[in-house]
Amino acid sequence: MQPFVMRESMEFDVVIVGTGPAGLSAAIRLKQINPALSVVVLEKGVEVGAHILSGAVVDPIGIDALLPGWRREEGHPFKTVVTQERFLMLGEKGAWNIPNALMPGILSNRGNFVVSLGNVCRWLARKAEALGVEIYPGFTGVEVLYNKAGAVIGVVTGDMGVKKNGSHGLNYMPGMELLGKYVLIGEGARGSLAKEVIARYALDRECSPQRYGIGLKELWEIDPIYHQSGLVLHSFGWPLDECTGGGSFLYHMEGNKVSVGFVVHLDYKNPYLSPFEEFQRFKTHSAIRGIFTGARRVAYGARALTEGGWQSVPKLIFPGGVLIGCAAGFMNVPRIKGSHNAVLSGMVAAEHVAVAIAKGRAHDEVAGIEDSWRVGVIGRDLLPVRNVKPLWAKYGTKLGMMLGGFDMWCQQLFGFSFFGTMHYKKTDSAMLEPAFLHDPIRYPAPDNVLTFDRLSSIYLSNIRHEDDEPCHLLIKDKKLQEMSELTVYGGPSIRYCPAAVYEWISEGNNKRYVINAQNCIHCKTCDIKDPNQNIEWTSPEGGEGPVYSDM
Amino acid sequence: MTILLLAAHDNRYLSVETSKALTAAQGIGGDIDILVAGEGVHQVVAAAAKLAGVRKVLVAEALYLQHQLAEPLACVIFSLADRYDVFMAAATAVGKDVMPRLAGQLGVMQISEVIAVLAPDTFQRPIYAGNAIETVQVFDAKKVITVRTTCFTAAGEGGNVWVEKITVPEDLGLSRFVSQVDSDEGQPELGSARVVVSGGRGLGSSENFKALLEPLAERLRAAIGASRAAVDAGYAPNDRQIGQTGKAVSPELYIAIGISGAIQHLAGMMDSRVIVAINKDSEAPIFQVADYGLVGDLFEIVPELTKAV
Amino acid sequence: MKIIVGVKRVVDHNVKVRVKADGSGVELANVRMSINPFDEIALEEAVRLREKGTASEVVAVSVGADAAQETLRTALAMGADRAILVMGGEALQSLEVAAVFKELVQIETPDLVIFGKQAIDSDRNQTGQMLAGLLGWGQATFASAVNIENDEAIVAREVDAGIQTIAVRLPAVITADLRLNEPRYISLPNIMKARKKTIEKKTLSELGLTRKSHLKVLKVEEPTVRKPGIRVNGVAELVEKLRHEKKLL
Repeated sequence: MQPFVMRESMEFDVVIVGTGPAGLSAAIRLKQINPALSVVVLEKGVEVGAHILSGAVVDPIGIDALLPGWRREEGHPFKTVVTQERFLMLGEKGAWNIPNALMPGILSNRGNFVVSLGNVCRWLARKAEALGVEIYPGFTGVEVLYNKAGAVIGVVTGDMGVKKNGSHGLNYMPGMELLGKYVLIGEGARGSLAKEVIARYALDRECSPQRYGIGLKELWEIDPIYHQSGLVLHSFGWPLDECTGGGSFLYHMEGNKVSVGFVVHLDYKNPYLSPFEEFQRFKTHSAIRGIFTGARRVAYGARALTEGGWQSVPKLIFPGGVLIGCAAGFMNVPRIKGSHNAVLSGMVAAEHVAVAIAKGRAHDEVAGIEDSWRVGVIGRDLLPVRNVKPLWAKYGTKLGMMLGGFDMWCQQLFGFSFFGTMHYKKTDSAMLEPAFLHDPIRYPAPDNVLTFDRLSSIYLSNIRHEDDEPCHLLIKDKKLQEMSELTVYGGPSIRYCPAAVYEWISEGNNKRYVINAQNCIHCKTCDIKDPNQNIEWTSPEGGEGPVYSDM
Repeated sequence: MTILLLAAHDNRYLSVETSKALTAAQGIGGDIDILVAGEGVHQVVAAAAKLAGVRKVLVAEALYLQHQLAEPLACVIFSLADRYDVFMAAATAVGKDVMPRLAGQLGVMQISEVIAVLAPDTFQRPIYAGNAIETVQVFDAKKVITVRTTCFTAAGEGGNVWVEKITVPEDLGLSRFVSQVDSDEGQPELGSARVVVSGGRGLGSSENFKALLEPLAERLRAAIGASRAAVDAGYAPNDRQIGQTGKAVSPELYIAIGISGAIQHLAGMMDSRVIVAINKDSEAPIFQVADYGLVGDLFEIVPELTKAV
Repeated sequence: MKIIVGVKRVVDHNVKVRVKADGSGVELANVRMSINPFDEIALEEAVRLREKGTASEVVAVSVGADAAQETLRTALAMGADRAILVMGGEALQSLEVAAVFKELVQIETPDLVIFGKQAIDSDRNQTGQMLAGLLGWGQATFASAVNIENDEAIVAREVDAGIQTIAVRLPAVITADLRLNEPRYISLPNIMKARKKTIEKKTLSELGLTRKSHLKVLKVEEPTVRKPGIRVNGVAELVEKLRHEKKLL
């Protein structure tokens, strides 16, 4: 039984959860419209950007709309414009360039920038603070507050100093209530509060289930002779098999840095698949490995991303708040980017919320948002590509991508799709198949030069978790984990987790499930992919998790 | 160049740290004198006088120097300031306490925890907890230096030098000794132990952890450490944990038993002088850093080792 | 009783530092910075002394670049009553920092100055002792417990052999070791309040000081990687090697 605690509380006009591009853009837009609004933004990372991980090639359409004139300012983080694009289909031995002329126009990266999205957020945070937005990193929104009418009225920040056994330590500090006329939830893919309000208000009643991918990323400092600033390279195919979706990105950034990463769609079926090892293996391809000669890996991280697209975006509004950014899911899968839509969704939400507050409204549904995003810029970005991921999932990589390309061309040329809108039937977790249907995959051992194991990778993620705190990864039914996750599915958590959090340890004839929560890099894949939805990712203490720089 | 080296001792025995710091001093070059400051230190003085490559031993004896508190000790050294160019000490608790105070009195920077002498004015020292090494050149005419002794071998014996008693300045009475509680002899402190015996998940249970490691640690007068996995599994208490999130140790001898050696663990013991690894998995990363690797069943090896040492 | 606490802005202790390829230092661009953990402990101790009624005022001081204001905001949120930033640029050396504190001591006349035992970036462990030396004050380094009784600080110190307790006449300098206390979490309301407080700013010349470099960092490099040694065939061989080659047993 938890001791009863008194919480301090404070009122704001708008409470925003998450300092990603969506949350910060919403905050900035609110203050632009009405400087008198009080706006507070919570961030679970120890600083803004600490938990931001993205490729990233950014389409500046969002920033242009939010901060016109930013290009003339000093100190903005968009330092590298895309100069050249290559798209590769990889086989085990060879690589085939797909001519840019075959690519639908919507996929072009002309005028886009290679950036660290974390640094973009740090920059946006400075802009927001200059406008009077209050930003509090190190404080997690852990609980949604409702009024008697069932509307959201605020959030509670996490308690600090709770011991592993649930008791309060000497330095225990209760969380605080932040009350707002409206609460904007911008936690990113698979946000905990978003998950709660989506369920509570059945916001996903009329959409397809959300689908996800896991993105793994490393930052390398490479030999200048291999560096080509602004080169953007994508690949699909090897090392993934025909029926597993995903692909790589490799971006040449300023300072001889290369951002290299790999995305695996989490609808994969084979429980023996390891996204982490697929990524490591990808780097060894003959068309790729050369640029890493004499290079040094400087950072590592991973994060789940939303991939459902147009047909998986839930209803955004609920009484007293709005979902923004990837908490709703505005990622454009074939363009491999979503941050522009995150910015735009934050702005749309802010504009409607500001009007509502000006009319004296609070704690209600801001209906205009729902109507405007699908017909606006975001909708125009997502609608034409809506069938790419479903086709890929249904027909495999080669045929699926050809059909997807065909569909995008049809829509570009004729504004018409042969496929209508294809829907997803199952969640990613339900796509996983029992182990006996598959063969184990043998991955090569790391060479510690180009390829690595998980533990030496997360060493570069600057993780911190308190030793003596409750485990933030909850197993709802421990028996089920052994009977099903291990026995039926062969323990996929030890492979899908990119941070070596989960282990099945042999002790005599028994197997023990070990959760190394301190390794968690907050990617949330376990919450998505566990076949029984038996793992729940909850927020540990504020300020914990990875500290990404330049990611 | 004349160098004054502060002896590390407990009034009875001269610590080996002194002869290691002496090696560092010899790297700078010049006449080296050793200062023994304390109370009833004749045995220490005799030992210091035997060290090879020393010009003479200075002795400062007074009751108030018995505990080598920083204020009187710094005063003693400061009274010799005109006679020396370089003031050195091993980076022991006393050395780290008194030498920067002396540097303040002299108006110079201290070069802390030197691990290599590149030239009489140029040194290497660790920064960021050993994650980087800086090479510094010091411009001060008088130099104050502390030495990380694990990086130097002990100078030999062979001399028998002249001993000079010096007059000690008056005690300022700024501080006084109250009491001292030494850590248990049988179980040395993990942070300062000469030998650390460390166990991992390979030990299988807390019973095994105790039954195998304690006798070995007792024989070696070693402190017992553990990997994070062993601590998480409940084999050892939290304060035994060595590694990135636990303690960092740098003993003379580190014996890793049933520890795979993830980088998170290595971060806490890489600076040990000699590393021994015992593990059944010949591919375990611990063997990449071990001076001596023994592949095999720890349940056989450890009892055998306990008998043999 | 007034206490001054020195706080330094350093690379966050969770961040794995990276040596720059050109050997000029470690990478600091876009790297998370925070209050030196030992200084945080020093500050916590000072705030506790005030909460106990032993001290009446806690003044946090940082010497460095403009960005150190962030560290001082943290100090204010933790409970410091005032904060002073001495703008001395990035690379001030310990002796210069000690000289700054000496001047501030003349102005503020504290009874106690507390520092962390060392900063986790340069690992020099000297500013506190230097200040004591410059002022001719008593010092108690590596403190693991502090009690103020009459005009003395009774300090338990972490020494090589165990715990030594000494009494230092006030005014004095104390440096904090890891086990002195466990710093509190900073509450959101306190951060909000701290943002509204002003930070006093002083320049070196206002304190009558000029920069003087005592040393130069020529190069910063990665530590040498340990090489794998040899495999031994059994306990006997291992013991023989340890005993005779390494003279360890």
